[in-house]
Amino acid sequence: MSFTNDQLERYSRHIILKEVGVKGQKKLLKSKVLIIGTGGLGAPAAMFLAAAGVGTIGLVDSDNVELSNLQRQIIHLTKDVGKPKVVSGQETINEMNPDVNVVTYQEWVSSANIIGIIKDQDYDFIIDGTDNFPAKFLINDACVLTEKPFSHAGIIRFHGQTMTYVPGQGPCYRCIFKNPPPPDAVPTCKQAGVLGVMGGIIGTIQATEAIKYVLGIGELLTGQLLTYDALDMDFRKIKLPLVKDCPVCGESAKIKELIDYEGAVCELKQN
Amino acid sequence: MKIIVNGNEVVLDKEVVVKELLDKQKVSMQQYVTVQVYDDIISRDDFEKIALKEGDSVEFLYFMGGGAQ
Ligand SMILES: [Zn+2]
Repeated sequence: MSFTNDQLERYSRHIILKEVGVKGQKKLLKSKVLIIGTGGLGAPAAMFLAAAGVGTIGLVDSDNVELSNLQRQIIHLTKDVGKPKVVSGQETINEMNPDVNVVTYQEWVSSANIIGIIKDQDYDFIIDGTDNFPAKFLINDACVLTEKPFSHAGIIRFHGQTMTYVPGQGPCYRCIFKNPPPPDAVPTCKQAGVLGVMGGIIGTIQATEAIKYVLGIGELLTGQLLTYDALDMDFRKIKLPLVKDCPVCGESAKIKELIDYEGAVCELKQN
Repeated sequence: MKIIVNGNEVVLDKEVVVKELLDKQKVSMQQYVTVQVYDDIISRDDFEKIALKEGDSVEFLYFMGGGAQ
């Protein structure tokens, strides 16, 4: 694969970096990243990955764009209200960068489809941009069972957090958080509110982790939870332990099959 | 005695168990907080049993959703 003149110009600020270069940019163009949820986190992650020239981007979301999404889900425009989010996301990416092949999955992830979606393009890295705990645990378990790296994140009010799982290189989400909280116990963005930029900051960190993983550069957030408090403008990295008896990634793991947990009713709302 | 909670020093006048620390730090919905002391994730069943010692490094970790929707 050789670059066209347009590609050399488009990616020139990457290519000039010694950590990226022509070789790294080619890796990005050949890479495949799956983004589950094209909302507050997934929207900015998808846009930066598209701009960076990630060759294949998968978008999973069953929802349609609503007016209340536009305060933070910047991949969708006012004219997109009512459209499926994956279609709106695909259109924006196509306009941003013709090098990117967008694969859309207009569905919610469940135990029945998630492995098929991950295997559909044999994605290299997965970004969890979902807002609910059944999906977060499902993504974790699916990535552990299929040995795929992924980035977890959550945002609420003025807070955000993210961690990266790479098989064999640190704890998974379940190591730390065990089981989903009971439905309705933890407020969602819709109930609690979220500052629009939170997804931009945390989702862009998720995109950064995906790019670093593909390029094989730097230190990932494996074994570390990065927390961000926007009001105090405070970033902290919390070192996480490896949990030997984790039910999914531990030495004698009991979870061999995916689990569909029950979510709060508002989280399962389908348009 | 001094311990470190989420990176900040907390001064306690006596030894406390995890549950008492959560109360003292006014953590609401304690059943949904994950507590890490050094390299151990403390089981919720042990919140009233595990006592914190001088200099312990404690992290309260929270469930955080957000994202799509
Ligand atoms: Zn684990």
